[in-house]
Amino acid sequence: MTVEPRQSTVWNYAPAPEATDHLRLRDRYGLFIDGAFREPAEGRHEPTINPATEEPIAEIAWAGPADVARALEVARSAQPRWAALPDRERGKYLFRIARLIQERARELAVCETLDGGKPLRESRDVDVPLAAAHFFHYAGWADKLRYGVAAREVAPLGVVAQIVPWNFPLLMAAWKLAPALACGNTAILKPAETTPLTALLLAEICQEAELPPGVVAILPGDGQVGATLVRSPGLDKVAFTGSTAVGRDIQGALAGRGVELTLELGGKSANIVFEDAALDQAVEGIVNGIFFNQGHVCCAGSRLLVQESVMDEVIAKLWARMARLRVGDPLDKNTDVGAINSAEQLARIEALVAAGEAEGAVRRSLACDLPEHGYWFPPTLFTDVAPAHRIAVEEIFGPVVSVLSFRTQAEAIQKANNSRYGLAAGIWTDKGAKAFEVASALRAGVVWQNTYNHFDPTAAFGGYKESGFGREGGPAGLRPYLRVVRSP
Amino acid sequence: MTRIPVRKTYKLWIGGAFVRSESGRSDLVGEVNLPRASRKDVRDAMAAARRASGPWAARTAYNRGQILYRAAEAVESRRAQLTAVLDGGADADAELDAAIDVLVHYAGWTDKLAPVLGGINPVAAPFLSFTLPEPTGVVGVIAPDEPSLLGLVAEVAPALAAGNAVVAILSETRPHAGLDLAEALGVSDLPGGVINLLSGRRRELALALGGHRDLNAIVDASGDHELGTELDRLAAETIKRASHHPGAVSYEQATDDALERLTAVTELKTAWHPVGA
Repeated sequence: MTVEPRQSTVWNYAPAPEATDHLRLRDRYGLFIDGAFREPAEGRHEPTINPATEEPIAEIAWAGPADVARALEVARSAQPRWAALPDRERGKYLFRIARLIQERARELAVCETLDGGKPLRESRDVDVPLAAAHFFHYAGWADKLRYGVAAREVAPLGVVAQIVPWNFPLLMAAWKLAPALACGNTAILKPAETTPLTALLLAEICQEAELPPGVVAILPGDGQVGATLVRSPGLDKVAFTGSTAVGRDIQGALAGRGVELTLELGGKSANIVFEDAALDQAVEGIVNGIFFNQGHVCCAGSRLLVQESVMDEVIAKLWARMARLRVGDPLDKNTDVGAINSAEQLARIEALVAAGEAEGAVRRSLACDLPEHGYWFPPTLFTDVAPAHRIAVEEIFGPVVSVLSFRTQAEAIQKANNSRYGLAAGIWTDKGAKAFEVASALRAGVVWQNTYNHFDPTAAFGGYKESGFGREGGPAGLRPYLRVVRSP
Repeated sequence: MTRIPVRKTYKLWIGGAFVRSESGRSDLVGEVNLPRASRKDVRDAMAAARRASGPWAARTAYNRGQILYRAAEAVESRRAQLTAVLDGGADADAELDAAIDVLVHYAGWTDKLAPVLGGINPVAAPFLSFTLPEPTGVVGVIAPDEPSLLGLVAEVAPALAAGNAVVAILSETRPHAGLDLAEALGVSDLPGGVINLLSGRRRELALALGGHRDLNAIVDASGDHELGTELDRLAAETIKRASHHPGAVSYEQATDDALERLTAVTELKTAWHPVGA
C-alpha cells in the first residue's frame, strides 16, 4: 500500500463548522403511529450515534412485532378515507410537506449530517432540496394519475411497507412516501437502524402539515423490524432500497403472497473514460462518482474503466485531485468526504480493501489527519485490478475505486456489462454519436454522459438485473403504487 | 394402390431448429408421440435464447413489428391445420381468431412502447434526460393447459413485442398446437432462438427454467399457485422479474392489460446527456 503525504500545495482552510444551536432535537423519539409519537409496546429505546464522534444524539424507540401489527391495523383503517379524499386535496397535503421540508431545510440538513456522517455540503445542497422536490413533483401527480400510467382508471394498492437505507435517509423516505401517498396508499416507513433521525423529523412535518392520522407511520428499528414487517399479513406492497442480500430475502418472503414489490438494490457501476474525453472534467466526474457521500451510494462509479492510451494520464490526474480532497468533520462546510456511516460498514470496507490487496491489486490511500473518534476511511484507489478480483465484482459501498483498463469500445461495453448488477454507468467522451451508442449498449438503468450522480424527481431511477426492479421518479414511479381498474 | 400418408414427427423448437429431446424421451399423447423435454433441453433453449436476445433487441421496432405481423399471417394461413389439432369445432375456430388477433395487436405495440412508457424528463439541470423502455432480456413463459394456443400466444406475444427472447413451456395436456405454432413462427423471419418451445412435464421444466440463473423474467400463466410460489422463490435468488396471471381465454383478456404485460418484461433506462458546455 502506498500512502502519500498531502502535497504542500494544498490550501489550508480555517474550520467552517455549521452551527447546531438552532436544532430543536428531543432527547427521546417515539414511534410515529396514528399521527402521534408513541411509546413502543416493549419499551425498547436505542441511542442513535453520530458516526463522526461516536456520541449519542438521541434515544430512539425501536418497534417490536406488536407495534408493527398496530401500525398495519391503523394504516389499513386509514387507507379508504385517504384514498377517498378528492385527488387535488390529497395533493395539497404533499405540497405542504414539500414546503415544510424547504422551511426546515437547515435543520434537516444538519440532522442528516449529524446522524449519518455525510458532509453538510451534500445534505444541504443535494439530499434536502431533492427530498422537497420529490414531494413537490408527486404532489402534482395526485390529480393526474391516470395520465401517468396511460390507463383508463386507476386505484391505489392499499397499505404499503417501505424500507429505506442509511445512505440518503430523508431523500429515500421522500422517494418512497411521495408517490405512495399521491396514489392514495397509506404507508409504513422503516428507516435504517443507524439513521432514523430525519425520518422522525419528517413525522413532525406530517403533523405540522395536518396529514390525516394513520396515513404515514414511521417505525425505527433494526433489520428485524423490517423482516417482521414484510412477513406480516395485511400488506399490499413492499418497496425496499438496500442491499441485494436483503432484497433477495424480501422477494423470497413474499413468494406466492401476491404482494407487489419493487427493489432498488446494490450496484457495481462502471464509469467509462474514453481517450477522447475532456480528462480534467472526467477526473472531477470520477471523484464525484465514487467519493460523493463517502461512496455510500448504490449507483457509485466504483468500477473505473479507462482506455489504455490515457490510463497513466488519468491515474496521475486522479491521484493529484484526490490529494486535495478534504476528509474530516462532516459539519465543516469545506469537507468533501465525511465519516463512514457505522462501525459495521467500516469493517466491511476494510475487509474488502484487505481482500483487494491480498489478491494483488495495487492500493493507494490518501494520508489524511483523521479525527481520533468516529469511523473514517481514507479515499482509496486500486490499480492493477483484474475483472475477477473481489474489489471489481462486489459492492464495497465506501470511498474505494477499482480501476480497470480497456482498448476498444466493444471491450469497454463487454467489461461494463460483465456484472450481476446493472444500476448505473458513466460515459466520458466528447463524441456525441459514440456516447449514444455506448449508452444504448449498457445494461444499466441510469446512464450518465459527462456527468455522474445526477438525480431529479422527473427522471426514472432503478436497476437492471440484480440491482432490482421497478422505478422511482417521474411517471414510471407511479406505476408501482397503482393498479389499473379493468373495464367490466 | 392406397397412398401411405406421411405422418408428422412432433419435435421441440430450440434455436430455430426442430429437435428431439436430448434425453430421447417422448410421451404418447392421443395418437402421436410428443417429445418430453429435459432440464438439459431447458438449458440449451436458454443458451439459444441468450444468443438471440441481443440481436433481436437491436432490430428496429418497425422490423420487429413486421415480423410479428408476419407471424399472424403465417398462423392465419395455417388455421385449418391448427384448428384441427385444437379438436375442430366452433371453440377452436374462436381460439384461432383470438390468437391471430392477439399477434396483430402486439405487432402494433413494438413502436408504441417507447412513446407510451418513455419520454423526455424535464430535469432541473442543463441535461437532455430521457427514459426509454428496453427489453429485460430472456423471458421464461409457463403457458396454461387450456386454451393451449391462445394461452401461449397471449404470453409470448408481449414478451417478443417488447424485444425479448423467450423460452416457453407449453401446455402439458395439449402441447400439439404449441408445437405446430413453431412451424408458423419458423417461416415468419423470427431469427432462430428468439422463441423456443418445449413440451413435457410442466413442473420439471418450469422449475429448471425458473431456477436458471441467466433468465431475466418469468411469466407464469399456469394457474398453479403452488408452482407459482416456488417460481417466486427461485426468482428471488437472482432478483428475476416474476409475474403471474390466469391464462387468457379471450382476445380481451390477452390485450386489456397489454401495458402491464409489456411492463412486466421491460426495463426502463434513463440517460443523461449534457446540453452546452
